[in-house]
Amino acid sequence: MDRRKYLKTLAVGSVGAGVLLQACGPEKSAPPSETPKAFTIDRTPDELVREQKLISEQFFDAHEMKTISILSDIIIPKDEVSGSATDARVPEFIEFIAKDMPRHQTPLRGGLKWLDIQCMKRFDADFASCTTSQQIELVDEIAFPEKAKPEMQQGVAFFNLMRDLTACGFFTSEIGIKDLGYAGNRPNQWDGVPQDVLDQYGVKYDARTLAESVKFDA
Amino acid sequence: MAEFQIKKTPKEYDVCIVGSGAGGGMAAYVLANAGIKVVLLEAGPMYDPAKNVTQLKWPWESPRRGASSPYRNFGDFDAAYGGWDIEGEPYTRKDGTKFDWFRSRMLGGRTNHWGRISLRFGPNDFKHKSIDGLGDDWPLGYDDVAPYYDKIDQLIGVFGSKEGLFNEPDGIFLPPPKPRLHELFIQNAGKSMNIPVIPSRLSILTRPLATNKDRGACFFCSQCNRGCTVYGDFSSSSVLVKPALATGNVDVIPNAMVREVLTNSTGLATGVSFVNKEDKQEYTVTAKVVVLAASACESARLLLNSKSSRYPNGLANSSNVVGKYLHDSTGADMGGILPSLIGRKRYNEDGVGGMHVYTPWWLDNKKLDFPRGYHIEYWGGMGMPGYGFGFGMQGTNGKYPGRDGKQKEAGGYGASLKDDYRYFYGATFGMSGRGEAIAREDNYCEIDPNVVDKYGIPVLRFHYKWSDYEVKQAKHMKETFKEIIEKSGGVVTWGNQDTAANDYGLAAPGRIIHEVGTTRMGNDPKKSVVNKFNQAHDCKNLFVVDGGPFVSQADKNPTWTILALSMRASEYMIDQLKKQNI
Repeated sequence: MDRRKYLKTLAVGSVGAGVLLQACGPEKSAPPSETPKAFTIDRTPDELVREQKLISEQFFDAHEMKTISILSDIIIPKDEVSGSATDARVPEFIEFIAKDMPRHQTPLRGGLKWLDIQCMKRFDADFASCTTSQQIELVDEIAFPEKAKPEMQQGVAFFNLMRDLTACGFFTSEIGIKDLGYAGNRPNQWDGVPQDVLDQYGVKYDARTLAESVKFDA
Repeated sequence: MAEFQIKKTPKEYDVCIVGSGAGGGMAAYVLANAGIKVVLLEAGPMYDPAKNVTQLKWPWESPRRGASSPYRNFGDFDAAYGGWDIEGEPYTRKDGTKFDWFRSRMLGGRTNHWGRISLRFGPNDFKHKSIDGLGDDWPLGYDDVAPYYDKIDQLIGVFGSKEGLFNEPDGIFLPPPKPRLHELFIQNAGKSMNIPVIPSRLSILTRPLATNKDRGACFFCSQCNRGCTVYGDFSSSSVLVKPALATGNVDVIPNAMVREVLTNSTGLATGVSFVNKEDKQEYTVTAKVVVLAASACESARLLLNSKSSRYPNGLANSSNVVGKYLHDSTGADMGGILPSLIGRKRYNEDGVGGMHVYTPWWLDNKKLDFPRGYHIEYWGGMGMPGYGFGFGMQGTNGKYPGRDGKQKEAGGYGASLKDDYRYFYGATFGMSGRGEAIAREDNYCEIDPNVVDKYGIPVLRFHYKWSDYEVKQAKHMKETFKEIIEKSGGVVTWGNQDTAANDYGLAAPGRIIHEVGTTRMGNDPKKSVVNKFNQAHDCKNLFVVDGGPFVSQADKNPTWTILALSMRASEYMIDQLKKQNI
């Protein structure tokens, strides 16, 4: 492959990503784009120092963030129930996790590069610059671990990590929790499994359990 | 003039307590209510679960979605300040052995995030040497401790059910919550296996305490490890130290890292010296009685570091037993999936902060190849998503038919994958065994001759090896867990790959955070550190009221017994102070 063309393609990829985040290399320390929101959860003074340091850093460059955004929306797209991974700000979550858990940095950065190289060889464009059908063609080769070709295993490992982080980021967001239907995290009275669910599974509380368990005023 | 000086705290106290967890908090509560002037030293900051709130927060309020961090080892919402490693406060290990030491540095210590599992020791647990010849008997028995368990049940509150099991004594219980759906499946499995699966016993107020207007009843958010804004569960900070402070008889000195116990020429304790972590200055405080409750290992460290010409190998250590007989619970885990719960209906299943049912030890060791037992803790269901949610879906979604009844290719992406996370949510469950290890002299902590912490205090060095007894117990746990999972209608998904090569998944010593035994009690001053009132044999105005005095730890979580023995020791102290014996 023509190395200069390769670099140029990657550079073009970077320019278009300005809307996502300010373009800056990982070697430069970027000022935070906005004042970080104050924590609503208890933090010790030592924790706050570390949190502020993490928030003030930028790990992924603009091209990497663009690629992460495209991938995360391929993994968790908008559907009839809820919005997409980017709607739930999953790329920002992955950026934070890479800083918070440095063990993920090389697998993520290297995996993104692996993906671009594969696309350059096949389609003469980095992943983000490929057409949607080209992107899906490549993803199909790394998204199914049990049928992926041996030479795609590094891509499978990367995609497994992206799938984990994307789904986790999505279903721990406000949009995702609502989608999932998690019904707790609010004051309530636990009075046992609803009757229709007990019936569905053919189980019941025995007389002793009913007699001895905590009861609530109706 | 020297640039370094030691400041004397002007006030003189009756009792100085080091540590504000279960043992120290209870001592402060009992002594203060008897009108005794107490100074309570805590190595961490003040903490109040109603002010330092992580409860009822959503995962997105943590940028790491609740994942653990170097400052919150049990997750970003967990109440504990401290962890397995604390910057500037190292510990070391010897001879290639393992021991992990969890320390909370905060008012209330580790009670702020503990599992609230509040089990009484039974009659056998105090006299196990008489039963199987291993370890030692306690110098007291269940009947000596039972009245204190009764008082604690009423003072603090614990739910449970009367079962009439000999070695699992019933308490004075609040009503338990009904089992969750997967817990009903486990109960059915237990019936078919002849394993008891009974209501758990947790110190959580399912009903308000009639005698206490400062604490509210549980509102079933399942988040006890985050502390509770209505004080609906037991933490030493909220349930003991706060009312102790309200008596006006207690001064708390937070951020006070105690260096050593001070003694006079007659060998009596006169107080302690400490470094204030905030102003970095050195202080001493004097008291008629010194009570150590810094945690089993931290109190042993303090004694070993309190050397003088009279006590050349450390205070209260003429027996040379301080630091020895260290033992933690055994632990092993397994998890599975309940295919019948895939695609389940949604409802609020949070319940209390922990299991609603558990399995007490049920077998006769005469028929087994290991001594002592274990209890089983269960979890599962539709919990609040946090970091790690959905990880490894490629290992699940290719194994079970989808909503349309068709088998999918493992992994994937897109709308179909998105639906898989909904589909499989709430179908996993699992269990953990927590068992009794044999206390052995050659499992110990000692002072590392070469290493000090950032305050210049010599640190602990651990030497701990599991024996064949504990490994065989773990093997038995794993075999039992597999059967429970399968008889519940589940399929094992992890924890079933263990062999002799990894001790059958037996957790490294220290990981269960039940470490006890380092200042064990006994009638013989040559073989024990304290007597049956937690009073040092060598120094009559020195007491140890944490897990250190445990002779053996039973297959029970130690907190309820720490509380009972601390209350008992405190009443003895009051009596001895009145009689001017100390």
